[in-house]
Amino acid sequence: MHPAPSVIIFTTCSGLGFGLLFFLGLGQPAVTGFVAFVFYAIAYALAVGGLLASTFHLGHPERAWKAFSQWRSSWLSREGWCAVTALIVMGLYALGAVFMGSHWAVLGWVGALLSLATVFTTSMIYTQLKTVPRWNMNLTPAMFLSFSLAGGALLAGAEALAPWLLVLAGAVQLAYWAKGDGAFARSGTNLGTATGLGDRGAVRAFEPPHTGTNYLLREFVHVVGRKHAQKLRVISFGLAFVLPLLLILIPVSGVAIKHIFALLAVLSHLTGAVVSRWLFFAQAEHVVGLYYGKR
Amino acid sequence: MTIQQPKIDTSPKVSDEVRRTTCYMCACRCGINVHMKDGKVAYIEGNRDHPVNKGVLCAKGSAGIMQVNAPSRLRKPLRRVGPRGSGEFREIEWDEAISTAVGWLNELHETAPQKLAFFTGRDQSQSFTSFWAQNFGTPNYAAHGGFCSVNMAAGGIYTMGGAFWEFGQPDWEHTKLFMLFGVAEDHDSNPIKMGLGKIKARGARVIGVNPIRSGYNAVADDWVGITPGTDGLFILSLIHVLMKAGKIDLDYLSRYTNAPVLVNATEGPEKGLFLRDADGKPLVIDRVTGKPTAFDKPGVRPDLSATYEKDGVTHRPVFHLMAEKYLSDDHAPEAIAERCGIPASRIRAIATEIARVAFDEAIELDHEWTDFRGETHSKMIGRPVSFHAMRGISAHANGFQTCRALHVLQILLGTVEVPGGFRFKPPYPKPVEAHPSPHGDRRPGRPLEGPHLGFVRGPEDLLIDDCGTPQRIDKAFTWENPMSAHGLMHMVISNAAAGDPYKIDTLFMYMANMSWNSSMNTKGVMEMLTARNEDGKYTIPRIIYSDAYSSEMVAYADLVLPDTTYLERHDCISLLDRPICEADAAADAIRWPVVEPDRDVRGFQSVLIELANRMNLPGFTNEDGTPKWKDYADYIVNHERKPGIGPLAGFRGENGDKEGRGEVNPDQLNRYIENGGFYVAHIPEGADYYKPWNAAYQDWAVGMGIYDSPQPYLFQLYSEPMRKFQLAAEGHGDRQPPERLRQRIKDTMDPLPIWYETDQQGNEGFTVNALTQRPMAMYHSWGTQNAWLRQLHGRNPLYVPTKLMREHGLQDGDWAKVSSPHGEITVPVMEMAALNDNTVWTWNAIGKRKGAWALQEDAPEATKGFLLNHLIHELLPPKGDGQRWANSDPITGQAAWFDLKVKIEKADPPNDAESQPEFGPIKSPVGTGPKDLAWKVGK
Amino acid sequence: MTQLPQSTERKMGLVIDLDTCVGCHACVISCKGWNTENYGAPLSDQDAYGANPSGTFLNRVHSYEVQPAEGHAQLIHFPKSCLHCEDAPCVTVCPTGASYKRVEDGIVLVNESDCIGCGLCAWSCPYGARELDVAEGVMKKCTLCVDRIYNENLPEVDRVPSCVRTCPAGARHFGDLGDPNSNVSKLVAEREGMDLMPEMGTKPVNKYLPPRPKDQIEDQIDILAPLLAPVAEEPKGFLGWLDKTLEKL
Repeated sequence: MHPAPSVIIFTTCSGLGFGLLFFLGLGQPAVTGFVAFVFYAIAYALAVGGLLASTFHLGHPERAWKAFSQWRSSWLSREGWCAVTALIVMGLYALGAVFMGSHWAVLGWVGALLSLATVFTTSMIYTQLKTVPRWNMNLTPAMFLSFSLAGGALLAGAEALAPWLLVLAGAVQLAYWAKGDGAFARSGTNLGTATGLGDRGAVRAFEPPHTGTNYLLREFVHVVGRKHAQKLRVISFGLAFVLPLLLILIPVSGVAIKHIFALLAVLSHLTGAVVSRWLFFAQAEHVVGLYYGKR
Repeated sequence: MTIQQPKIDTSPKVSDEVRRTTCYMCACRCGINVHMKDGKVAYIEGNRDHPVNKGVLCAKGSAGIMQVNAPSRLRKPLRRVGPRGSGEFREIEWDEAISTAVGWLNELHETAPQKLAFFTGRDQSQSFTSFWAQNFGTPNYAAHGGFCSVNMAAGGIYTMGGAFWEFGQPDWEHTKLFMLFGVAEDHDSNPIKMGLGKIKARGARVIGVNPIRSGYNAVADDWVGITPGTDGLFILSLIHVLMKAGKIDLDYLSRYTNAPVLVNATEGPEKGLFLRDADGKPLVIDRVTGKPTAFDKPGVRPDLSATYEKDGVTHRPVFHLMAEKYLSDDHAPEAIAERCGIPASRIRAIATEIARVAFDEAIELDHEWTDFRGETHSKMIGRPVSFHAMRGISAHANGFQTCRALHVLQILLGTVEVPGGFRFKPPYPKPVEAHPSPHGDRRPGRPLEGPHLGFVRGPEDLLIDDCGTPQRIDKAFTWENPMSAHGLMHMVISNAAAGDPYKIDTLFMYMANMSWNSSMNTKGVMEMLTARNEDGKYTIPRIIYSDAYSSEMVAYADLVLPDTTYLERHDCISLLDRPICEADAAADAIRWPVVEPDRDVRGFQSVLIELANRMNLPGFTNEDGTPKWKDYADYIVNHERKPGIGPLAGFRGENGDKEGRGEVNPDQLNRYIENGGFYVAHIPEGADYYKPWNAAYQDWAVGMGIYDSPQPYLFQLYSEPMRKFQLAAEGHGDRQPPERLRQRIKDTMDPLPIWYETDQQGNEGFTVNALTQRPMAMYHSWGTQNAWLRQLHGRNPLYVPTKLMREHGLQDGDWAKVSSPHGEITVPVMEMAALNDNTVWTWNAIGKRKGAWALQEDAPEATKGFLLNHLIHELLPPKGDGQRWANSDPITGQAAWFDLKVKIEKADPPNDAESQPEFGPIKSPVGTGPKDLAWKVGK
Repeated sequence: MTQLPQSTERKMGLVIDLDTCVGCHACVISCKGWNTENYGAPLSDQDAYGANPSGTFLNRVHSYEVQPAEGHAQLIHFPKSCLHCEDAPCVTVCPTGASYKRVEDGIVLVNESDCIGCGLCAWSCPYGARELDVAEGVMKKCTLCVDRIYNENLPEVDRVPSCVRTCPAGARHFGDLGDPNSNVSKLVAEREGMDLMPEMGTKPVNKYLPPRPKDQIEDQIDILAPLLAPVAEEPKGFLGWLDKTLEKL
């Protein structure tokens, strides 16, 4: 799949933003006033910014509001609902925290749940696609959620939970890669089933239907070299999990240094997550590539 | 919950008006419905009523809208200002263009008409353009047949009075086994696809003989991936097996062919000639009387076996000679299998299947008919095996004989003009005798005495003067290629550049992309077109070119006459020319301006009339000196070739109710337009098979004006005209070939089909066959300027068989250097498994010169696309005898494109990753096309 | 609405005969022509005369080589457009309801005025049947020529998709695959019509007729059968046979 910057930014940032909102909703940290404002500003910047970025790949962003209509069947529509309600609920909760210094716990829990649900629905947009076997796995929502929680915990400064969540997310990430690499082959879809000619012999794509490119090739066919991908995985894993863990686990004295380390941990995690998400798209092979003899 | 669907209009208005005309996106000439909205072309579909395509339409046809609006359309007459080949022109007015041309041409007409060489390419108005050239007085006229498929056409006419495609077609309704040879998927494209569809629908067998398994061969049930150039060997082997098994139609052979005709078998000047009676009619032994009798005498039962002695001279029937020749073990499958690349068992299996279907599955139609000998037959017997062939077998230097061999196979099986077999389309069948012989006299100020092109009957018809000098610039109808019935367009420029046999003044061409894909040796041709004498003047002093589009050739013209597109013009697809008939109907068609040109361009034929009128050319001028016609439409309606016979056969006579023969009808074009742009005259039932011998057909054809009198004839298994050339080569007769050609004529002009290896001089080390095909969705260079079609084929790899890919360590996308004795190219490769093991090929004419066709210079056609033409020379490599022999069939002069042998080596990608050789850009006289398109003319 | 109908009254679709398709691209361009001028936005082309031409097409013809275990490789032309699946994932993923499957005939359509151009439907389609038009920013797909097949401004015989009307070889058939007695259903039954990627569970309405077995002539035909038994070994004997046979005529 084409690793479009808009969807990479969207999924990483909004995942992180909603992760932070999740923790804020649970009162973790139970901040108020200006500090709360900063936390919420960061959370909303990430969540809303991510959502806005996602509209950049739309042909008609001005019609985006229409996307709320199909929540019965469409995960994208459900994501829209979850995101908006999560943002509204958490917005009310934030008003309480910032301006009234109070934490309306039930509202916070609902908001936290909706935030997580948003991340889940986002992940389901990809998970539901049988056409992309690497996405069509339970590990996809697990990965999105664990990333969101780990990143959220880092941002929320949840010192106790963050290391565990990072370890969990790292493990899910490794499992996702391991299982994802064999997903296409396991799916049973190949050029033989795509053409129905498989029982006659070995099928090979000959002349393409057009000698230039087209939407399908631009959107669905992206080849990442194996070595290149391995390197990127190491980088991604190091930045998303190993380095942040080290940064938050290294005992340091002084609030300032601690905050700097925490900031570095967040930035490192974010960068690693972006690389991971790039790989998530770039390595995903859509079955339509089979018709072109490409993956 | 209930589902609410949007309400959509399922009955939108399709168009304001449908204008029906004839397609010209290739040479197939289908009927099209042009849907108009707001006076613009909105959509093009096939015309269901049309005899050729019956509603279907190919990719090219449907893409016509992109052609009519192509940015490559020329806009105004051009006069060259830069050097030739630069593409630098100034736009001029038509007045200046016409007077310039008249200034150049009129002097030639009055003093030395042969100094005009007028050649047209994919011209569909040859009966008109040749008429013009004839009245101009130049012997130098031809169209592109010589480098296209003259072997097929001439082989067919000389053998059975017609060949494939425009001459005839398989009986798609009845055939049960269809075998096609070397068809490049273009000519007759929709009818063949429709026919294949019919055969496939009934599950009948299709056998494809072609080194490349693409297109029609891909759907063939059995594929014979033959070694190029050995089709003749394969066919003669089928003949061998079938004859040996007696699986031939003796009744048919004795009645309708010259198999029983007596041939002089005694050494001397008459050897090999037919025994004839006082009226010149060939004689056969009548089985009833045992006496030699004219072949067409009522009641005669020709004997295939009896010999005849007269005055000590033995005469043997043709069939004896055939038995002698073809029963020889040299033709056994085992003897030729390796050479053809087909296992002997496969050849035998195919022969068996042919025999089984022809004889065990014969069909009978209850149609009574009477033959030319007066005998009435209660049934029509059909042998439902049919064949089709095209350039693949003809574009070899042994192609003429191969085409003859295929026709002989058809005839031996009795499958020509019978139900389920092959059927002629009017005006065919038409034997050699009904065709003119060629004319090449030159008389200043006066017309040629007859048509340029024709069919020689013997050495007496050659166009050479007493010293043996060719009369024509292309050396057609000379000892080098005596039966060059279509001329040799591919030799015109090189001969003119060399001043051999003489110098010319003006080269005038129409729709012929000679500086690119329509020439062998493209680079050489560019050099010839730009070569200068010592005095700095161009060797070919003047070049006039007419085309609708900014093709590569435009840049080499001194004067460019911009033509219209096919939807902006009048045309007629005439029975006098290459009509659109079907096997059971005569048909012709017109084009008419369904849209008016939005540029300052004129239909070429109308421009020719204007030129003729300005020069007062004889056939174009009334006795009082006034012009006969003001434009082409006027000519189409009012010209009469013979009294009552004009370009169009339909709606003749004052009331428009006569067909074939009839007075001029001033309203004729309107009647055609009302009728969908065409006219069909059906052949009556009972006259629709056995046409060469069927009295009812012959009478109908006379009524239609196709013949002046019935012309029944015998199929010429044995070609007496060829024997006459052999006799000359053996030293008999007044007209003698030059010594250097004597042996070759003896060897190649066998009156019975033979196979010979083409000249391999200089091919040492070059062992791989290299071929080209045209993609079905494109037609030569025309497809490239079409925004829709060029997306399908925007570049062309060299397709290389798996075996050669492995041998040379090649992978898809790698580059290879491909060389021939003449040149080399470096091009990208792609593997193809369904391909003869020793053959490479590519799509023809995808590669383009930078700056042509209004494409941007970095278009893939100009950077990745390539031509194989660079590897092919119009001459063979030097033999050391001081002569350069033509790379052509020695009988017809057909360009032997497919004899190309190459060597292939893995190469580094060129520095700029562009196919080699590269040529500098030419300046586009029309700029380049727009960036994006979203074409919708309706609201 | 993007929920799929429980069932459709008819299942209109195409049957494509891979034994007959010669790969001429006629259907591709006819489709381009009709659908540029008709339903919805025109099918645009970018860089139409330049280095990288790329346009929207609703129907494309691929080609595949099949190498059997023994014998010659085969080449198969393979037209592909929307299969109008019964269980069309492209419909259910659509967030706006622009994609829908018609209740009356099962045609999957895009209501362009509701399409936000998110591309998710194309992502969900295993067949590559949908292309986002760059100029218009909306998803384009085969409409089965819904503006032809019921069009009262067209003669009845022409009320078929333009690709079917134009196909020179007759390799494309149109009809109701929900009616077991329709011409297309019978073809599918006779020729063992198949689904593409059945494992995707999309239940395509369009079916493909597989190529008939190829290159069987040597197995099917007994070359030693009496059919080709020589009448004589030598030309002389042949002439003897000839005399005898001619007597019988």
